[in-house]
Amino acid sequence: MLEIKELQAKVEDTQILKGISLQVNPGEVHAVMGPNGSGKSTLGKVIAGHEDYLVTGGSVAYKGKDLLDMEPEDRACEGVFLAFQYPVEIPGVGNNYFLRTALNSIRKYRGEEELDAFDFLELAREKADLVELDRSLLDRPVNEGFSGGEKKRNEVFQMAVLEPTLAVLDETDSGLDIDALKAVADGVNSMRGPDRGFIVITHYQRLLEYIVPDYVHVLHDGRIIKSGGKELALELEEKGYTWIEEEAANPAS
Amino acid sequence: MQSPTDHLNELASQDYKYGFVTDIESDSVPPGLNEDVIKKISAIKEEPEWLLEWRLKAYEHWLKMTEPRWPKVDYPEVDFQSMVYYSSPKAKKELQSLDEVDPDLLETFDKLGISLDEQKRLSGVAVDAVFDSVSVATTFKDKLSELGIIFCSFSEAVREHPDLVKKYLGSVVPYSDNFYATLNSAVFSDGSFCYIPKGVRSPMELSTYFRINAANTGQFERTLIVADEDSYVSYLEGCTAPMRDENQLHAAVVELVALDNAQIKYSTVQNWYPGDENGKGGIYNFVTKRGACRGSDSKISWTQVETGSAITWKYPSCILQGDNSVGEFYSVALTKNYQQADTGTKMVHIGKNTRSTIISKGISAGRGQNSYRGLVKINKGAEGARNFSQCDSMLMGDRCGAHTFPYIEINNPTAQVEHEASTSKIGEDQIFYLRQRGISTEDAISMIVNGFCKEVFRELPMEFAVEAQKLLSISLEGSVG
Ligand SMILES: Nc1ncnc2c1ncn2[C@@H]1O[C@H](COP(=O)(O)OP(=O)(O)OP(=O)(O)O)[C@@H](O)[C@H]1O
Ligand SMILES: [Mg+2]
Repeated sequence: MLEIKELQAKVEDTQILKGISLQVNPGEVHAVMGPNGSGKSTLGKVIAGHEDYLVTGGSVAYKGKDLLDMEPEDRACEGVFLAFQYPVEIPGVGNNYFLRTALNSIRKYRGEEELDAFDFLELAREKADLVELDRSLLDRPVNEGFSGGEKKRNEVFQMAVLEPTLAVLDETDSGLDIDALKAVADGVNSMRGPDRGFIVITHYQRLLEYIVPDYVHVLHDGRIIKSGGKELALELEEKGYTWIEEEAANPAS
Repeated sequence: MQSPTDHLNELASQDYKYGFVTDIESDSVPPGLNEDVIKKISAIKEEPEWLLEWRLKAYEHWLKMTEPRWPKVDYPEVDFQSMVYYSSPKAKKELQSLDEVDPDLLETFDKLGISLDEQKRLSGVAVDAVFDSVSVATTFKDKLSELGIIFCSFSEAVREHPDLVKKYLGSVVPYSDNFYATLNSAVFSDGSFCYIPKGVRSPMELSTYFRINAANTGQFERTLIVADEDSYVSYLEGCTAPMRDENQLHAAVVELVALDNAQIKYSTVQNWYPGDENGKGGIYNFVTKRGACRGSDSKISWTQVETGSAITWKYPSCILQGDNSVGEFYSVALTKNYQQADTGTKMVHIGKNTRSTIISKGISAGRGQNSYRGLVKINKGAEGARNFSQCDSMLMGDRCGAHTFPYIEINNPTAQVEHEASTSKIGEDQIFYLRQRGISTEDAISMIVNGFCKEVFRELPMEFAVEAQKLLSISLEGSVG
């Protein structure tokens, strides 16, 4: 479903992604870990089409199409979703109104009928309950004054409503209390299925106890330097990143 | 791929859909300004002697004045001698009813979305339609008069209610007030008059729709609204003009008087022709609007959405004389292309425990320049006065400007004055966030801007708020590459 090949990207004059290859098949969950500044969020934003990031090499195919050739909103309409590490606030714009507009523009793109305010509200409430998002947040302006944890839940809530085909979750677990973490994980798990793929960016093995990944990748300095199964996350938790970095630097030894 | 910055810089070449010209015969005085022109205007309108004298006093005063240059706007000198000061669509005879209004005029207002046909109108809004220098029709007059509400053209008020006009005309904005108000006092042609008697709540919104049609003509209308004790009125004002290459002057005066416990809510959606994307043409909108909260516990609210005009220069103000009186100013001003706006308010606290609120939202796109200029003045006797001001500016693209000039004068130690200001660039991260959810760049921008203006829009009457949001979105429409 997603095939990233030798992807390179820079921001301003700094090369950040230095050749990343990653294949996500339908039904798979890939965890991406790695030290701060290694390029995890950059990868997410390049997949979503952020214009600050210039792709300097490689390719990304999504459902057989050239993803890099598409506008961000078209990628979204094709089912790409990014849960942001730092969700922005949009003052004065109601969360409900925003999300209904989003859902309807996606539905329109797909030739589906748009939802009216009542049907949408019903759907929104159901999904809010699913991720245990306080319903009162639906009426508030998007992320404005939300607590850190509420912002993250709001991202997962949006994902649940928009039902993407490929979801990239960028540190959605950071800043969540234990109950919130479970709620978010339950939300994600309830959406796992044979047609949907996930890339879960995280620093913590703890999340991966709840959302059990099929693969774990370690990103370092713009490259994936190690990939493995879910055990790799445990090993990282125990030993940190240094040993892999050394291993990657001296493949011979 | 087009970046949001390019897109924002491009928010420009939008069609002004009110730019058509009505081909109609008009009566006008020859261009230029002198005593004879003023006498002629007064004679055409069959005005009483006192009014002509008042006009001439104003004219004499005006000759000694110079055009103000302190607003942060740039424009070539206005040639007051090349302008036509009076133009009216030719009327064949005295009109008895709407059926006799020239069908071309009715059609013009229909095209503007203002149906003057009472049967077809949504109930709840009475309209006075002003075309160039004269009022062509006022709807729902009979229904309003059953309640004692007077709502008619200014000329008619001078004829039918001279005592009221004489008592209040110039009582808030004296003829000597400022260059443009003084000019208006000398040459004003028509406008709306409204009187709400004691204890009456107007059951419908009253509104005036101003349309400039004739070329080279200045529009100088005057509006006077008096709310007697314990009364309430909500008043709406809308305006458009054809697209013309030369600049046209609009110098209006609006005076509001609220007596004890009365409330006036005055809303404007100003959409005069702003000029083209190169800054050619457009209306110079130099307007004096002021309300006097003369009675205790009275309240005046100004709400304005300013998207049009090449240059806007206006400061709807409140003189808070009555104890416990309240003044409010809610404003959205959008400038794009080469538009310039210098707008804000004055809140003058005179009575005890007077309160004022100022919420100003400036949006600049293209090469637009947007200034907020506001004065909060607390007089010595204004015990316990309070003001809250919030001025937010949003910049779109990197060639526009936003400026804030708050003036605060406090002469009473018990005053509480709070001022908050912010300037933000429309966030590319906000736009990206919305696009990532499937929303197009244009819709994203319009959503963010409407959110930014929310506190002002919610002050507008429902139908007007919807109009205002649409207008803002249309004004921001650019060609997406
Ligand atoms: N817009 C930008 N301008 C300049 N540098 C940037 C920009 N975006 C990212 N970078 C730099 O690129 C590098 C990778 O950033 P990125 O956000 O992808 O890291 P990350 O792996 O997500 O880190 P973290 O775990 O801290 O979230 C960092 O050094 C960061 O400073
Ligand atoms: Mg990150």
